[in-house]
Amino acid sequence: MTHAADQAGRAQRPGDSPARAVLEPAGIKRALTRIAHEILERTNGAGDVVLLGIPTRGVPLAHRLAERLEQVEGHPVPAGSLDITMYRDDLRLRPARALGHTEVPTAGIDDKIVVLVDDVLYSGRTVRAALDALGDIGRPRAVQLAVLVDRGHRELPIRPDYVGKNLPTSQREMVRVLLTEVDGQDAVLLEREVS
Amino acid sequence: MNRHLISAGDLSQDDAVLILDTADELDRIAERPVKKLPTLRGRTVVNLFYEDSTRTRISFEAAAKRLSADVINFSAKGSSVTKGESLKDTALTLEAMGADAVVIRHSASGAPHRLAGWVRGSVVNAGDGAHEHPTQALLDAFTMRRRLGRLDGLRVTIVGDVLHSRVARSNVLLLSTLGAEVTLVAPPTLLPVAVGSWPCAVGYDLDAALPKADVVMMLRVQQERMNAAYFPTVREYSRRYGLDAARMALLPEHGIVMHPGPMNRGVEIAAEVADSVRSTIVEQVANGVSVRMAVLYLLLSGSDQGDQR
Amino acid sequence: MTGTWLITGARPLGRDAADVLVRDGLIAEIGPGLDEPGAQRLDAGGLILLPGLVDLHTHLREPGREDAETVSSGTAAAALGGYTTVHAMANTEPVADTAGVVEQVWRLGREAGRCDVQPVGAVTAGLAGSRLAELGAMADSAARVRVFSDDGRCVDDAVLMRRALEYVRAFGGVIAQHAQDPRLTSGAQVNEGEISARLGLTGWPAVAEEAIIARDCLLTAHVGSALHVCHVSTAGSVEIIRWAKSKGWRVTAEVTPHHLLLTEALAAGYDPAFKVNPPLRTAEDARALRAGLADGTIDCVATDHAPHPLEDKETEWEVAAFGMTGLETALRVVHEALVEPGLLDWAGVADRMSARPAAIGRLSGPRRLAPGEPASLVLYDPSPREAVDATAHASKSRNTPFAGMVLPGRVVATFLRGRPTVLDGKLAW
Repeated sequence: MTHAADQAGRAQRPGDSPARAVLEPAGIKRALTRIAHEILERTNGAGDVVLLGIPTRGVPLAHRLAERLEQVEGHPVPAGSLDITMYRDDLRLRPARALGHTEVPTAGIDDKIVVLVDDVLYSGRTVRAALDALGDIGRPRAVQLAVLVDRGHRELPIRPDYVGKNLPTSQREMVRVLLTEVDGQDAVLLEREVS
Repeated sequence: MNRHLISAGDLSQDDAVLILDTADELDRIAERPVKKLPTLRGRTVVNLFYEDSTRTRISFEAAAKRLSADVINFSAKGSSVTKGESLKDTALTLEAMGADAVVIRHSASGAPHRLAGWVRGSVVNAGDGAHEHPTQALLDAFTMRRRLGRLDGLRVTIVGDVLHSRVARSNVLLLSTLGAEVTLVAPPTLLPVAVGSWPCAVGYDLDAALPKADVVMMLRVQQERMNAAYFPTVREYSRRYGLDAARMALLPEHGIVMHPGPMNRGVEIAAEVADSVRSTIVEQVANGVSVRMAVLYLLLSGSDQGDQR
Repeated sequence: MTGTWLITGARPLGRDAADVLVRDGLIAEIGPGLDEPGAQRLDAGGLILLPGLVDLHTHLREPGREDAETVSSGTAAAALGGYTTVHAMANTEPVADTAGVVEQVWRLGREAGRCDVQPVGAVTAGLAGSRLAELGAMADSAARVRVFSDDGRCVDDAVLMRRALEYVRAFGGVIAQHAQDPRLTSGAQVNEGEISARLGLTGWPAVAEEAIIARDCLLTAHVGSALHVCHVSTAGSVEIIRWAKSKGWRVTAEVTPHHLLLTEALAAGYDPAFKVNPPLRTAEDARALRAGLADGTIDCVATDHAPHPLEDKETEWEVAAFGMTGLETALRVVHEALVEPGLLDWAGVADRMSARPAAIGRLSGPRRLAPGEPASLVLYDPSPREAVDATAHASKSRNTPFAGMVLPGRVVATFLRGRPTVLDGKLAW
């Protein structure tokens, strides 16, 4: 989740044009199922995989993926959360923010394949911060990235391994992901901010 | 949050809860192999300690270093301070060194207020005279919440020399902000004349107060107070207001015993009480680092500007 | 010799406009439509005319603390405040407890020539509170001391206070007591109450002042002497003084401008600009002091002008010196605290700030605006309302609690026995 996606949870303001749904609940479901299968393929059965969701909405996504992986392969896949607030590169630009919850599964991440999970990939700075955070926790064998939406406009050399939907956007648009666990419904909305 | 943390009374309930929640998260850092976060890299935190207090200074130092800040220790002994340099001149020196935060402990109430007028950085009060010690109150509240699961409606009894205690003042303010019910127990000579205007109850009978206390916090009593006629003898004080094993048994089953330290074992608190399983004295010290990390993070990491895109 | 002055259109004691002719150091005539060819003219249209103010309680700091103030700078400040006489307290270095020191201060005042300096003699040698100073020698000296005070310290030994009260009867002197029980106020920093409890500063309880005043009133009655109470600061003290006066005892009292207007709430930011002895008290105390001054229970306003250099005030509270300057702001503060709310009119101000302090100080001649009286006058413009600018003060020290505060009025001119010391708000001597 990038700085612009902070806005993703905010209420609509007057002046915004109405939001357009680019992904319905069914589409989200299918995308996550597909990503789960891709993970299983690429990691040869997800035996050493640890899913870490980036708060806020990366976390329920990570748990949904863990559920699907367990359903297919028959063994549980550890899932947790990794808050990256303390590693952000833009801390000095805004007031200090509250921390999200970090919960690394008991098995740890050393020599594991860590799959970072987030809702929207934008500039890539959030993922950069997550990589730094992982480095202070342990030494994974590999780190991969799964996102529900890739909206482009990368500012760093970061690319996702698993993408739910590629969504070309302009920088004046906002991508809002809603998830039942957090917002009471599932949707991916695109809205243009009217200046 | 304010630019400074000088009084516990400056914190709104939201501010206080934010600090405690942040400390909760930061607590886990202690379990990692790399006990460091890059958050305050490039920031300079100065520990300006006019009063000897190795424990508090080390706590702040550890907190700052775990956030990757640079720490400069300025203690009263052996520095220009002992040569009579005024607080103002010391402040100007710190300004010139580019201190982002100054953690100050001083024997004069109000020294952090004065310092705040002379430096541009954040001022954190680590104890000023008899006035306040806000990070102590925060770590006390953090400890209570950890052990007992809540603060709202918690019954906290603070016992001892309230008149001269900055810990008592900060705790009364912070705990009432967080919704706890505070009772002060002390001989009348050790309570301020205007204590009736404070957000707490007052009693003189410790035995009566203990069965209703979820938390009992013992304050250190200095023996010198006997010379100024605050109480007749240490023996009488201890007998009427000391927490021994018999009194500890009066506490409810879940009741915990706290002490800001350093303790006068045998005066206000018996050795076996201090070492009992109900005592939180050791974990209070550990919690101090996490709480102080939270404070430094929230004061220093952000900008003062509002939210920007 | 002093020149002849024609002051036109002034309002004596705030009443109808009149002209005042000043000649040979005296008031020659007061009335409408005066003329005097060859006289220097001063257009005083709209200005209040008062007799020159008399301060019973000033610290000029010389000898010994000339870094804070000198007789020269202090009397300049006094003149700019409308004062023509100041009583200089004895807590100098060396202490003014001998004829030699009081004469030195008296002479310095005459040399500076900006206002009369009447030295106050110490009650006890060295202010040490153990034996009487040579009160008789000081009374017989050129300085003709009549007011004795250990101000800064309390004469707390009851026997010594009794002896002092008795001794000065011989030459019509008065003992001015700084009422503060030292044991009850050991280490005290602020008024004892809610503020001291919250700020974690040692409190200065009202009873430490009131108990001494009550004792001293009873002693004064017992030996038939005269007592003056310095800087009364509590409602309880006002009541005790009212009671003593009702018994016909010879007790007089003064109050400072800052105690009339300011309260302990100002200490909340730990700024030592508000640190003073006795401390600022509660709003109820300030109200009682204003009422007491209005009804005459408190006889007069006395500034307790206490200059301190910056390094003694720009520190932590506990380490800072006690005291506030006051000469240059006194009249404006009294205007704000008593005249504006209608508690006192200008005639009352003249009584409390000139006539009564002169009487208590046993100065020769009453202070009246009448032909034949010495022409010691002050012209005051009541109309402006401006912030106090401490940088413009003549005092060497800047420790005024009123810095930046908006106060009414402005002293325009001050005359000392027919000679202007201040004209158009600036020093003329």
